[in-house]
Amino acid sequence: MTPDAEIALAVSDLRTRFGGDRSGATVVDGVSFSLKRGRTTALVGESGSGKSATALSLLRLIDAPGRIIGGEIRLGGENLLSLDETEMEAVRGAKIGMIFQDPLTSLNPALTIGKQIAEVLLAHKDVSRAEAEARAVELLTHVGVANAALRVNDYPHHFSGGMRQRVLIAMAISCSPQIIIADEPTTALDVTIQAKILRLLHDLQQEMRASLLLITHDLGVVAAMADEVLVMYAGRIVERADVDTLFHAPQHPYTKALLACVTDIGGDRSVPLEPILGTAPDLKQQQVGCRFAPRCPAVQDFCRREDPCLMALSDRQEVACLVVQRERNLMAPADA
Amino acid sequence: MAFIARRLVGVVPVILGVSIVIFLLIQLAPGDTATALLGPQATEASKEELRRALGLDKALPIQYGVWLGHALTGDFGRSIATQIPVFDLVLPRLVNTLILTFASLLLAVIIGYAIGLFAALRSNSIFDRLAMSVALLAGSAPPFWLGLVLVLLFAIHLRWLPVSGMQDLAGDGGFVDLLLHLILPAITTALGPAAIITRIVRSSLVEALQRPHVRVARAKGLPRAELLQRHVILNALPSIVTITGLQLGYLLGGALLTEVVFAWPGLGSLLYDSINARDLPVIQATTLLIALAFVLANIIVDVINAGLDPRLREA
Ligand SMILES: Nc1ncnc2c1ncn2[C@@H]1O[C@H](COP(=O)(O)OP(=O)(O)OP(=O)(O)O)[C@@H](O)[C@H]1O
Ligand SMILES: [Mg+2]
Repeated sequence: MTPDAEIALAVSDLRTRFGGDRSGATVVDGVSFSLKRGRTTALVGESGSGKSATALSLLRLIDAPGRIIGGEIRLGGENLLSLDETEMEAVRGAKIGMIFQDPLTSLNPALTIGKQIAEVLLAHKDVSRAEAEARAVELLTHVGVANAALRVNDYPHHFSGGMRQRVLIAMAISCSPQIIIADEPTTALDVTIQAKILRLLHDLQQEMRASLLLITHDLGVVAAMADEVLVMYAGRIVERADVDTLFHAPQHPYTKALLACVTDIGGDRSVPLEPILGTAPDLKQQQVGCRFAPRCPAVQDFCRREDPCLMALSDRQEVACLVVQRERNLMAPADA
Repeated sequence: MAFIARRLVGVVPVILGVSIVIFLLIQLAPGDTATALLGPQATEASKEELRRALGLDKALPIQYGVWLGHALTGDFGRSIATQIPVFDLVLPRLVNTLILTFASLLLAVIIGYAIGLFAALRSNSIFDRLAMSVALLAGSAPPFWLGLVLVLLFAIHLRWLPVSGMQDLAGDGGFVDLLLHLILPAITTALGPAAIITRIVRSSLVEALQRPHVRVARAKGLPRAELLQRHVILNALPSIVTITGLQLGYLLGGALLTEVVFAWPGLGSLLYDSINARDLPVIQATTLLIALAFVLANIIVDVINAGLDPRLREA
C-alpha cells in the first residue's frame, strides 16, 4: 500500500445525495480513493455515474437540498467534512483548485478577467490589490494568454472558449493548490484546442507537483495523462488500477465493456464502437446485489443477491466484482 | 459620455411627439374653453373675441407652433383662471411632486431591496413565502383606497400624523414638519411599487444564484459577503435597476394621484384643479412636464444600466 506521506487526499466511504431525503437518490454511494502527490488520477464512467457529484463533494459544493450524508475526506490531517463553512472557504481555491466543464458560463460576465483572478489571491493570501493584479498578469502569461497585461482589463465575452478555459485554469492554480480537480475540462471545446488545454494542465501539474483528479469520458485522454484510473458506475467505484494495468488487464466486466467501446490501443480511442447494452440503474430505487448485474455479460446468480465491494487483486489493482473475486478465492473483509 | 449624449439626442423626437399628442388631446377634449371661461350666459361675440385673444381661432398647426416656440423658452402663457404666469405656478409644484416621488422611491427601494434580498437568500423558507404573499396583496391594493385607510387609521383615529397638506399652518414649516406630512403620502405611493420591486429583486437574485459562475466563485473560496456582492448581486443589478426605473414611472403617476387624496401641493393636484377649471395653458404645461419627467427617468435608468453591464456600454 502507498505510504501516507505520498497521499495528498484520502476519501473514504463518501456518500452524497441529491434531492430531498425521501424523494432523492444517493448518487455517490460509498466511494473511497486517494490522490497521490504529484500524480494524475483519472475518474471515468458513463454519464450520470456520479463523477461530477464526487468532485463537487470534495469541495463541499453540493447545493441543498442535496447533501453529503457520510464518509470522510482527509486533507493534511483534517477531515474536510467536519470543518465549518468559514474553514471550508479557506480550503477552496487555496488547497484545492477546481476547473469546470463549461468555460463559457464559468466566468462572471460583469467582472474583468483580472479582477476575477485577483480576487482568489486577495481571499487567500496576504497581498495588496496591486500585488494581486500584478500576479494576475503573471498567471495569465503563464497559462499562455498573449498580451496579458492588456487582457486583464477585458471582460470574458472578449475571450474565446479555449482562452476562457486558460483563464479558469489560471484562477484554479493562482494559490498553488496541492490538489487540482478538473471536471471534463475540454468537453466544451474545439477538438483542436482540447489537446492544447490538456497539455497545459499536464505541464502545470508536473511543475507544481500537484495531484490532479481528471474527470473525463475520453479514454485516449486517460491513456495520455493518467497514472491511475478510477472507474465509476452508478455511484460506486468498480475498479481502480494504474493506467497500464487498466488498459492491458481490465478485470471488471464494466471496464472491459468501456474499453471495448473504443478501437484498439494504438488507434483513436475516443470513437465509441460498441455501446454497452441497457441503461444504468435508477438510483432512486433500493438496490440489491451488484448494480451492473442487469447489463453484465458475466452475471451469476449470486451477483443479484450480494453486494460486491472493492478488493485488491494486487497493489496495482482493485476490483468490485464478485465473479472475479470468487475466481481468485478472495474473501470479503469481515467488516464489509 | 458619448452614450449619454446619444441617448439625449434620441429623446428629442420623443418629446416632440409627446408635445403634439398633449396639444391635440386637449383640443379634442369635449367642451369649449371660451364657454368655460365666460360662462354659459356669454354672448357669441364675446366668446369670439376671447378666442381671438387666446389664439384659439388659428389653424391647429399654427397654434401648436406658437405654443411650442413659447414653451421652449419657458413661456407657457398665463393661467386663464388666475392670470399668474404658468411657469411661476408650475415650478414650485414640480419641486413638491419631486419631493414626494423621490421620498416614495427611496421607501420603495429600501423596502423592496431589503425584503427581496432576504427572501432570495432564504428562498422557499417561511419568511420567503410570507413576504411574497404580502407583496402580492400589497401590489394589488388600489393606492387611492390605501391612502384613505391610512388617513383614517393614523391621522384621524390615532392622530399620530397630519391628515393632509405639506406643512402645518401653525407650525414652523421646518424639515421635521415636512417629514411628518410626507410619511402617509409617501407610504401610499410607495407600497405598490415596493411590492413589485420586492418580487423582482427576489426572482432576479434567485435566478442569479443559480448561474454556473456562482459555483465557480464558491470553488475559489471567496468569503460569502463578497461572493454575494460581486457574483450574484452585481449580475442581477441590471434587471433590478430596469424594474426600479419602470417603477419610477409608476411612482410618479402614483404620486400625482396621491397628491389629490392628501392635498399635497404638487403637479397632480394642480393638474386636477386646472382640469376642473379647464385652464388650458396650465394643463398643457403640467402634462408636458410630467411627460418630460418620465422620459428623463428612463434615460437615468439606461445610463445606470450601461454603467453596470460592460456589453451594453459597448453596443
Ligand atoms: N442538482 C442535482 N439535483 C438532482 N440530481 C442531480 C443533480 N445533479 C446531478 N444529479 C443526478 O446525479 C447523478 C450523478 O450526476 P453527475 O453529474 O455526478 O454525473 P456525471 O458522472 O458527472 O455525468 P456526466 O458525465 O454527464 O457529467 C445523475 O443521475 C444526475 O441525474
Ligand atoms: Mg459531470
